[in-house]
Amino acid sequence: MRGDLLDVRELKVVFYTYRGIIKALNGVELWMNHEERLGLIGETGCGKSVTSLSIMGLIEQPGEIISGDVYFEGKSMQKMSMEELHDMRGKKISMIFQEPVSALNPVMRIGFQVAESISRAKDIKIKEAYPEVLKMLELVGLDSKRTASLYPHELSGGMAQRAMIAMALSSNPKLLIADEPTSALDVTIQAQIMELLDELVREMGNAVILITHDMGVAAEFCDKIAVMYAGNVVERASTVDIFEEPLHPYTKGLLKAVPKIGQSKELVGITGTVPDLVNPPTGCRFHPRCPYAMNKCSQKMPPLIEAKPGHHVACYLYTQEGEHNAN
Amino acid sequence: MKSITIEKRGKLRDFIARRKPIIEDWKHTLYLWKSTKLAMIGTVIIVIFILIAIFAPIIVPYDPISSNMSARLQPPSWDHLFGTDQFGRDIFSRVIVGSRIELWIIFLVSLISGGLGTFLGVVAGYFGKFVDEIIMRITDMFLAFPSLVLAMAFAAALGPSLTNTIIAISVVGWTVFARLARAEAMKIKKQPYIEAIRAVGAGNSRIMFLHVLPMCLSPVLVQLTLRMGTIILTAAGLGFLGLGVRPPLPEWGSMVSDGRSYLVAQWWISTFPGIAIAFVVLGFNFLGDGIRDIMDPRLRR
Amino acid sequence: MPTEVKTETLLSVENLKKYFPVKRGAFRRLLYVRAVDDVTFQVPKESVFAVVGESGSGKTTLGRTVLRLIEPTSGKIIYKNEDFTKISLKSLRIFRRKMQIISQDPYNSLHPRKLVKDIIGEGLKIHFHMSSNEILDTVKETLERVGLREEHMFRYPHEFSGGQRQRIATARAIVLKPEFLVLDEPTSALDVSVQAIILKMFKDLKSSLSLTYLFITHDLAVVDYMSDYVAVMYLGQIMEMGTKEDVFNNTAHPYTILLMNSIPVPDPRHKNKKMIPKGEIPSSINPPSGCRFHTRCPYAKEVCKKEEPKFVKISKGHFVKCHFPIIE
Repeated sequence: MRGDLLDVRELKVVFYTYRGIIKALNGVELWMNHEERLGLIGETGCGKSVTSLSIMGLIEQPGEIISGDVYFEGKSMQKMSMEELHDMRGKKISMIFQEPVSALNPVMRIGFQVAESISRAKDIKIKEAYPEVLKMLELVGLDSKRTASLYPHELSGGMAQRAMIAMALSSNPKLLIADEPTSALDVTIQAQIMELLDELVREMGNAVILITHDMGVAAEFCDKIAVMYAGNVVERASTVDIFEEPLHPYTKGLLKAVPKIGQSKELVGITGTVPDLVNPPTGCRFHPRCPYAMNKCSQKMPPLIEAKPGHHVACYLYTQEGEHNAN
Repeated sequence: MKSITIEKRGKLRDFIARRKPIIEDWKHTLYLWKSTKLAMIGTVIIVIFILIAIFAPIIVPYDPISSNMSARLQPPSWDHLFGTDQFGRDIFSRVIVGSRIELWIIFLVSLISGGLGTFLGVVAGYFGKFVDEIIMRITDMFLAFPSLVLAMAFAAALGPSLTNTIIAISVVGWTVFARLARAEAMKIKKQPYIEAIRAVGAGNSRIMFLHVLPMCLSPVLVQLTLRMGTIILTAAGLGFLGLGVRPPLPEWGSMVSDGRSYLVAQWWISTFPGIAIAFVVLGFNFLGDGIRDIMDPRLRR
Repeated sequence: MPTEVKTETLLSVENLKKYFPVKRGAFRRLLYVRAVDDVTFQVPKESVFAVVGESGSGKTTLGRTVLRLIEPTSGKIIYKNEDFTKISLKSLRIFRRKMQIISQDPYNSLHPRKLVKDIIGEGLKIHFHMSSNEILDTVKETLERVGLREEHMFRYPHEFSGGQRQRIATARAIVLKPEFLVLDEPTSALDVSVQAIILKMFKDLKSSLSLTYLFITHDLAVVDYMSDYVAVMYLGQIMEMGTKEDVFNNTAHPYTILLMNSIPVPDPRHKNKKMIPKGEIPSSINPPSGCRFHTRCPYAKEVCKKEEPKFVKISKGHFVKCHFPIIE
């Protein structure tokens, strides 16, 4: 087994729409260990969010998992019953979202919503959960008594995200999925939230999947990074390796496009556009935009192989010895 | 030379391109329409109604206007499918020809009330402030009365005739479209593309009529279809009360009214035009509901 | 790198204020959102002047007020020695040709029911009274300038990706041969790989068309890449202003420092603990007394709560609004 907490194998997910079948995930390979922090990075439409929904077991009509499976602590999620899935979502996996204010129920007070998630996680009555509520809200740096009696619209984005984190961590989950948790926030607030998340997770020992499009956020928070493009994980390695010795042409392109303070280099973008997933390119989905594309790239998707110890990449440049020299 | 070729190719391509998204849109609409049963039934009824109106002069077996005292009050038979009335006129012919009058009323009322309402609504919504206050207070005044009562008042004041019926119904009906267009215009004017066109240097009337107005049309059209049933009912109501189209013109409402005193013994005089009204109103309502569903952005995409 | 100081000023903004009235609370009290509150700056000709700030800083309102898309409450906007706030609405429309805006949201900034050629050509119709052939020719040329092709003229906006739409919006602006462009977060809705390409396009257009940019953004890294001059805004006021080198290398205002600290660095080895501003961004309806940043400033003293600091010059062209600027 590759990861003792989570192992996603050849996951294919499609969505049936009027325009046609969207091939959202094209055999995603993803794995992680307990207490690991995995960054899932990629641009719009690469399938980051669909991957996280699959891990939560939340792919519903018009979406469908057509092949592959997700193993959580060695158990196949495809074979789990509805009850087991429900139990797993409340207690072992939690999630926080990009728009915290809209992810909360607008007509319930914050205190009640936190209490509800605690009661579900610990199988206790909502009333009994209230003492715990104040503790959790304090833990995330909120004025606990006041915040508990507020409604979501009375909170700022940063405060609402703190409340979401309190709810998500109240069950002390094995895995926390953070889907662009700071993309809607200002930079100074983003820094506060990421610092908070870093501290809490270190203390409680949760594994985290951080979904983000911000290379900076991923670099500061994660140990491992998986880069996604058009429904595939194209590269997976330690954060340092990804930033310092990226292998996949897409990762390289992405890094050259990121502006950095104090760096006077010209930025280089990736030409072409993100493919339409109703009619994705054949073979490697990046080949129409890839400067190193070869004939076989348009024929068959390259498998995710271990090019160096602990460094996986899905690209034909690395399938044979002596083809590493693509800078 | 160069610009001429561009122009030629441009015109042709322009022509195709302009229609491409419309064709795409229609394909999608057709797909949704097929999956909405009621809309289909409604469409069939309305298409039949319109065909009858178009071909009425060919279909009618008798003159619908001139009386024939020798054949009065005959029950339905093969000669007179729907029977005859107290003046010996063939009811089938009158119902068929009546469809033209109803269609004419619908068409003009839609045009007048829809046009007036949309225009005033867009102006109110676009300018806001006191222009909006004035126009909206006027619509409030119109909406303060039950619409049939108001239409009756207008029709009575103007005197019964086809033109006046149309005017009366239009004057009562425009408020709905004004409110709808106003809400839409208020939403559209805040869109970034309107700001962009203002930044380019366009003036108010250009923005209002070339950019805001076209975006307000589709909800207004949906609402128009939904209201067509009501228009017929109001016209028929006025006709029934003797405030609408004057006899001998075969307007369905006044035909129902004509048969009132014969209802017990000669039921057919009132019943057949009544059924015609019911069918067409039902057709428009089905169609309207269907169109509303099809236009629903949650169903689209 | 444009290091030499260009002296000719294209746009000069003096004591500009924009207050929006709002009614709040049970008694519907009339309050004012002080979106832009006494802002003064000069944009030199053919430079990129960046305005950077968080939400509520008033940077977007500033960009629109400068173009009079929003009427200012008070203050002067002097464009080429002419007071832009005083000219009539009619001549304003003619003036607009020279000053264009490209806004943040490429998905809503193009009219959804119009062909690309009509979107771009509309301004030509208004200002130049061209024939439809001339318009087509000009539109085609402009499309090529922004990296699109002739065939794109006859399509609708929804057929394009975000980056392409931003190119169309740019074409709509530059087709009028403007001198001054307000770029309001032009890449914040785009992916980084596309952002890099679009930013490059703006750089190229600036040099080939001799444009001047007012570049509004929340992203300091993009500011560093694009601009010559920077103004850092917080709650409607400019906190620090100067050349890029001044603001980035001789940073004097605590807010600027903390803002820079907050930016995540795309370098995994850079993992030192940093000081970031505490607390929430206050509301611009009731901004804090004295220095507006004092509620979040780690160096705040008593005087900061009471007295509003002046906007002082600490070196040539470098201004700071702080009682205790950090000067090395």
